[in-house]
Amino acid sequence: MNLTLLMYLVPSLIMFGCGVYGFLTRKNMIAIMISLELMLNAVDINFVVFNRFLFPGQLEGMFFTLFAIALAAAETALALAIIINVFRIAKKVDINEINKLKF
Amino acid sequence: MPLNFTIAVIALPLLMFLFLGLAGPKMSRKIAGVIGTLGMLVTTIIAYGVSLTYFFGDAEGQIADGVRQAVVVFNPDWLSFTKTLVVRMGIMLDPIAAMMLVVICTVSLMVHLYSLGYMCDHHGHAEKGFQRYYAFLALFTFSMLGLVVATNLFQIFIFFEMVGVSSYLLIGFYYSSPAAKHANKKAFIVTRLADLFFLVGIMILSYYTGTFDFDKLVFGPNGANSLETAGSAIASAGGQTFLGCSVMAWALTFIFIGGAGKSAMYPLHIWLPDAMEGPTPVSALIHAATMVVAGVFLVARLFPMYVIEQGAMDIICVTGAFTAFYAAAIACVQSDIKRALAFSTISQIAFMMTSLAVSSAGGNLIEIHGGTGLGYMASMFHLFTHAMFKALLFLCAGAIIHAVHSNENSDMHGLHKYMPITSFAFLIGCLAIAGIPPFAGFWSKDEILVACYEKGLGWGLWMSAVAGMTAFYMFRIYFLIFHWKEHKIHTEHAPADQPWTMTLPLIILGVISIVAGFVPAHSLVTWDGAHLHTQLNWTVAGTSVAIACVGIGLAYRMYFRENNLPQRMADSCRGLWTAAYRRFYMDELYQFITHKVIFQSICKPIARFDRAVIDGFFNLLARASRSAAYGIRGFQSGDTQSYVFVYYIGAIALALATIICVAL
Repeated sequence: MNLTLLMYLVPSLIMFGCGVYGFLTRKNMIAIMISLELMLNAVDINFVVFNRFLFPGQLEGMFFTLFAIALAAAETALALAIIINVFRIAKKVDINEINKLKF
Repeated sequence: MPLNFTIAVIALPLLMFLFLGLAGPKMSRKIAGVIGTLGMLVTTIIAYGVSLTYFFGDAEGQIADGVRQAVVVFNPDWLSFTKTLVVRMGIMLDPIAAMMLVVICTVSLMVHLYSLGYMCDHHGHAEKGFQRYYAFLALFTFSMLGLVVATNLFQIFIFFEMVGVSSYLLIGFYYSSPAAKHANKKAFIVTRLADLFFLVGIMILSYYTGTFDFDKLVFGPNGANSLETAGSAIASAGGQTFLGCSVMAWALTFIFIGGAGKSAMYPLHIWLPDAMEGPTPVSALIHAATMVVAGVFLVARLFPMYVIEQGAMDIICVTGAFTAFYAAAIACVQSDIKRALAFSTISQIAFMMTSLAVSSAGGNLIEIHGGTGLGYMASMFHLFTHAMFKALLFLCAGAIIHAVHSNENSDMHGLHKYMPITSFAFLIGCLAIAGIPPFAGFWSKDEILVACYEKGLGWGLWMSAVAGMTAFYMFRIYFLIFHWKEHKIHTEHAPADQPWTMTLPLIILGVISIVAGFVPAHSLVTWDGAHLHTQLNWTVAGTSVAIACVGIGLAYRMYFRENNLPQRMADSCRGLWTAAYRRFYMDELYQFITHKVIFQSICKPIARFDRAVIDGFFNLLARASRSAAYGIRGFQSGDTQSYVFVYYIGAIALALATIICVAL
């Protein structure tokens, strides 16, 4: 079976859609973070796939993916730290707990 | 005494002011007063030494070719605007400045001494604010001395303002009394209004001549007033005219208005009667003898320029002659003795102004050189004698007020028996001002009348009539205070002559008022520094003495013993009497103009415009941004997911827009 570009992009799009949906609907901050990771991974797939199909001789897409993974790891650590602190104060990880940061 | 000791004359009162103002509250009241008086005594001695050296010593060469020169003692640059336009602060002695040093220091010393007694209650305790009072007296003395020795117009202006401030502070010395507060505000505002014109005049003058200095404006190469110098200064305007008059005439008229404000010429006189709310010694010093003649001094200072700009001189002449009569008419009916004396002061200053103005009769240079500078000399001479006898009269009035606790002559009457020394001193003052020989006022007023007759018969007759009124109203005051009927004692103790600190100045000033007429003013204070040949004009002198005697006789008939003649006369022309008593409604007129006309029809609409349009515009801006903020603040809900939702919508909209743009 010959794999085409579209066969990679469709799952990536589905992943991204799931991430968006989860981000907008879930109230648990951990779940929201997972949705965020889903979106990032969908983008990573896109990078790799476009690099593989459009510019086969080059590696920039791969590098960007590695970058994005590293950044995602750092961002996850930061987000988890925030969530833990929110939990210490509110005893909950509900996103509505932190809507007090307004006027 | 070397002439540069004048610096000490100026500096000592300033030091006294600083010392008493800063250290005064730390020391006892009496000691502050005594220190102030001793400081003034030293100042006076030095001032006398300097003046006598200037007038009679010839070691320093101030007399050259028979002309008394102006000596500049000290004149450093103060502000340099351009290479040519430089403001200097200096000390200059010329005949009138040297004469004013004597006048100011004498009266100031007398007032310092007198106040030691006057500013105490009946138990001899000094009043609250005694140190402040002496500090202000020193400040005033300093400002006035600085004014008369000024080397340029700008310096005169600065010291003009400073005497105004000192006057303001001293009128309002009893600052808890509303009348005093209103009076000092009125005095300050009216004189400031006049000073605005003065400043404009200085600006115009210096714009065209490029200098403020008197030695470039009026003094000739021989160091005395010179018409040639004044002529070339005026010619520097290049004959430009404004509204039909030359710009220099405008400048000089404006400068005169400044002087008229200080010297209480009609219609800027309204502040002086109210200024009597201040302590009486202050009235004697500031509002009778020194500050109020600053305007006369100013015109005398620029005399050669006024001689050439005859238009400005005519304005002075008419103003002076009218004011002399107007104030004398009011003085005839006032019941408050200080106010009556204030109007008498206005009238006498107007005499000096008129005398200066008629001095240049015709404005012809040759005529002036031929000897019609008489009016100038007479004016300065009258300034000198008037300062002495008017200070005497005010100090007497102060002693009376201190004894009976009232300003109204209805509370006095018959005081002669109780206060013989004061009565006698007051009588000397009255004889001097009425012009009875050999008292001081006779000699100076006679010269003024001669100068007026030289200008024209009409002027002479007018001023003679006013001189007659002077004799009448002064003796009316005298008789009403000291005679009329038995004194009815209304205080807890009978009035009596006051302590020696108050009586001694009366005696000294009384003696000066008798002998001051013999000062040879015609060889000392002439306009061109040269000796002026005068002789007593027997016709004029005889007439004026006769008129004065008629005035005194009338006053004697009406006011010596209680009778109903004054009442009948007042009833026979009730309208005129009331009008004069109410000062011909000038205060009401001012009130009407300022409140009804200016406030109501100009200020109020402007205020309304400001509040409605200008404030309204900015209020609108503020209100609009506030309501906009209320409208959009709901966006910041704090709900992260709604932010993200909006972000997605935006991102999708942008993406769609990009795609559509690319596709098209």
